[in-house]
Amino acid sequence: MQPDKALDMCVLVSLGRHPLTGRPRRADHDARGVELALGVESQHANARLELVHAGSCSTDSETALRSYPGMASLPSMTLLEQEEGADVIPVLGDYLAQREPQLVLTGCRAECGEGSGLLPYALAERLGWPVVNNLAAIEHIENGVATVLQALPRGQRKRLQVRLPAIMSVDSAAPAPRQSAFGPARRAQFDAQALASEPDTELAQWSLSAARKRPKRLKIVKATSARERFKAAAAKAEGGSGQVLDGVSADQGADAIFKLLNEEGVLR
Amino acid sequence: MLETLLPIVILASLALAGLGAWRRISLWRQGRAAPVALFKGLMALPRRYLVDLHHIVERDRYISHTHVATAGGFVAAAVLTLVVHGLGLAGGVLGWLLLLASAVMFAGSILVAKRRINPPARLSKGPWMRLPKSLMAFSAGVFLVTLPTVGVLPPDAGYWLLGLVLLAVVSGGLAEMFFGMTWGGPMKHAFAGALHLAFHRRPERFSTPAGAGRSTGLKALNLDDDKAPLGVEKPTDFTWNQRLGFDACVQCGRCEAVCPAFAAGQPLNPKKLIQDMVVGMVGGSDAGYTGSPYPGKAVGEHHGDPHGPIVAREGQALLDAETLWSCTTCRACVEECPMMIEHVDAIVDMRRHLTLERGQTPNKGAEVLENLIATDNPGGFDPDSRLHWAADLNLPNIADLGQVDVLLWLGDGVFDMRNQRTLRAFVKVLRAAGVDFAVLGNAERDSGDVARRLGDEATFQALAKRNIATLNQYQFLRIVTCDPHSFHVLNNEYGELGGNYHVNHHSTFIAELYREGRLAFKPWKGGSVTYHDPCYLGRYNGEYDAPRDVLKALGIEVREMQRSGYRSRCCGGGGGAPITDIPGKQRIPDMRMQDVGDTGADLVAVGCPQCTAMLEGVVDATAEVRDIAELVADALVTSPARVQAEEVTA
Repeated sequence: MQPDKALDMCVLVSLGRHPLTGRPRRADHDARGVELALGVESQHANARLELVHAGSCSTDSETALRSYPGMASLPSMTLLEQEEGADVIPVLGDYLAQREPQLVLTGCRAECGEGSGLLPYALAERLGWPVVNNLAAIEHIENGVATVLQALPRGQRKRLQVRLPAIMSVDSAAPAPRQSAFGPARRAQFDAQALASEPDTELAQWSLSAARKRPKRLKIVKATSARERFKAAAAKAEGGSGQVLDGVSADQGADAIFKLLNEEGVLR
Repeated sequence: MLETLLPIVILASLALAGLGAWRRISLWRQGRAAPVALFKGLMALPRRYLVDLHHIVERDRYISHTHVATAGGFVAAAVLTLVVHGLGLAGGVLGWLLLLASAVMFAGSILVAKRRINPPARLSKGPWMRLPKSLMAFSAGVFLVTLPTVGVLPPDAGYWLLGLVLLAVVSGGLAEMFFGMTWGGPMKHAFAGALHLAFHRRPERFSTPAGAGRSTGLKALNLDDDKAPLGVEKPTDFTWNQRLGFDACVQCGRCEAVCPAFAAGQPLNPKKLIQDMVVGMVGGSDAGYTGSPYPGKAVGEHHGDPHGPIVAREGQALLDAETLWSCTTCRACVEECPMMIEHVDAIVDMRRHLTLERGQTPNKGAEVLENLIATDNPGGFDPDSRLHWAADLNLPNIADLGQVDVLLWLGDGVFDMRNQRTLRAFVKVLRAAGVDFAVLGNAERDSGDVARRLGDEATFQALAKRNIATLNQYQFLRIVTCDPHSFHVLNNEYGELGGNYHVNHHSTFIAELYREGRLAFKPWKGGSVTYHDPCYLGRYNGEYDAPRDVLKALGIEVREMQRSGYRSRCCGGGGGAPITDIPGKQRIPDMRMQDVGDTGADLVAVGCPQCTAMLEGVVDATAEVRDIAELVADALVTSPARVQAEEVTA
């Protein structure tokens, strides 16, 4: 409980895409960000929460965007109107620099568009703020310092203390977002600001195609104990033993591949 | 002396009753407006009372006789008392008629009193225990004061002491009967009940001289007005005739006796729910309630406010949310209610508020609703995989044909491996009978049943409108489905949104095919069989006969469960109950499987994917669960008509 200063939070929310049907929806990571912010809001007497979306808002995507304020009967959300294919980093950077919130939350990775996960870093660089990735929980915020948990592979957590203002990107390890209610979502107002769009020229040159599932190496578990089996089941695919072949002859390359296939037991 | 005092007492109690009636009516009118044909309703009242209401009361012969004598005697005695003692017109036969009426009423009130010796648990106690005494006081008192009027006893002033005692007795009776009727006593049920019948929110459910009535579909919420609150948050958000309906409750507890959630120890009792709504209208604590509580919840801890929320966002108000989410919408309470109260409508109205305004659908509810929005099915499966189960069946798609006799509505059972067996069996039956049918394939969506029962009217209407748009592209004579929930929604709930179809449950259709001689069966060799009526087929749509006809055609003699037909006990799978999953002392399907076990049947025939899933989930069941379509498919032999037809074409 901080009586001294209002805790001002911004959650950057984007338009999501359902992985099976491609229908617009609230993006899962961003919604988890809203959930975390709502958790902080309920613990701090004078916390303030603002939802910000930079992009276009069509009839198609409106319902999906409205489901963010629908999570907690928020009366409005800020809409920084941008044309299709615009680079949203400059407008978001300018808006945040002028608004000066203490905490900015956003998802780790967008569900449509470029989806590179670079937005929090690009914004942090512009604003000169610290960035925390893969946020799993916000424990408490006191005297301008946030104590947070960062998600690491295999369910591990790292406790961090971060001086605010900061940008944090939310991981799927964060608590699941609450249900969005139809009534409040429908009544929410958009605080729309039409801003000049800066087209993302680089992105425009790319050719985009549907993602294909990458082939996965079969996991052969040769565990002898329950502990080992558990570790194998909980393990994420590990690299580490890779070797970059650069500037080698075709024969050397073929040899290396042949060796690897033998090692893996593909060739016998 | 009696001649002077009696008219005063009668007129005073009438005046007080009138005042009470006005107060009670203005209390109801605090609710939302509702379109009601007032005059038409009042005209229909006698028939609704004497035919529809009596039909339900008669299921309990004892209380039916009791009620005919008491209520009939009372109405006659009350009118005649006004004429004879109030207006002093004792001439001729009127006095004797009054004696007869009060005697009949007295006989009835003795039967009421007898029921109140060791009353069953479902009856409320408290003021209801004094009702037989009041009835007796009124009838006996009126009888005795009428004796001098007709000249059996001399109107002698020497009786003044006796006269006073008598007057006190009559006044007590009058107070209960007239005053209590409109000021909240047990006799309130007569006043509110009569008006409730006249101004019922579902006038279609009553029979007319033309035939039986039925109205089971939920009423659509107007979503176009974005200022209108969604669902019911406060007691005043109910429509005025719903509030009137709550007041009609006679606390007989028949609903409680049939409620599967109550029997399973989940925190729901339909009678208490209605009484809580009555408490909500005036405000205050539920401590005055004298019936069985919600299992696991003590009486007296909850408080209501006429303009406050029914379910608190935090802490306690009038109801706890899990009470509302315990309901399986099986409609057993509505079917059984002699006052024709619509419990399920009220529950869904309150659920609508919790889901649409608060986003508080418990447990898996939110996930299911999100799936329905994103993938058109509750499981979140790829909508393009709807026909994977039928990859080898080469099902005709209506998009290729444009016009068929029968559109086979598959339902979300397509994603469930158990239900896929039923569907395959039914396709085999259709092909055996040479039916011209097709499916919508991937263009089919969830009917919206679960979304609607979970209170998400927005998702229901979105699904329904898209389904209607799809269906309207094609021409078919009827829809046939193996899922009673889809059947109910397509048949009874799409109409309000502009989709009117002729829909059959597969058992109805199979029975019809059999009657036409298009199916032939080999004799039944299995063990004994019982049949479980799905709520959404039976109580919701009145189809009790066709499944039994089909089983009979298979050569099966059904061993009926004690609770079958309109009294069938729910499997626990309706109304989104498996999704919201409110804990109780036991599981509803376990109880139903026990009912099956009690008949000694080796097999229970079902006609609903939900029932199949719920009943098959019972551990250590004594009976096998098979869908009617599976039994029919197993028994198929090439029908003689078909052999002939094939010979002709060959």
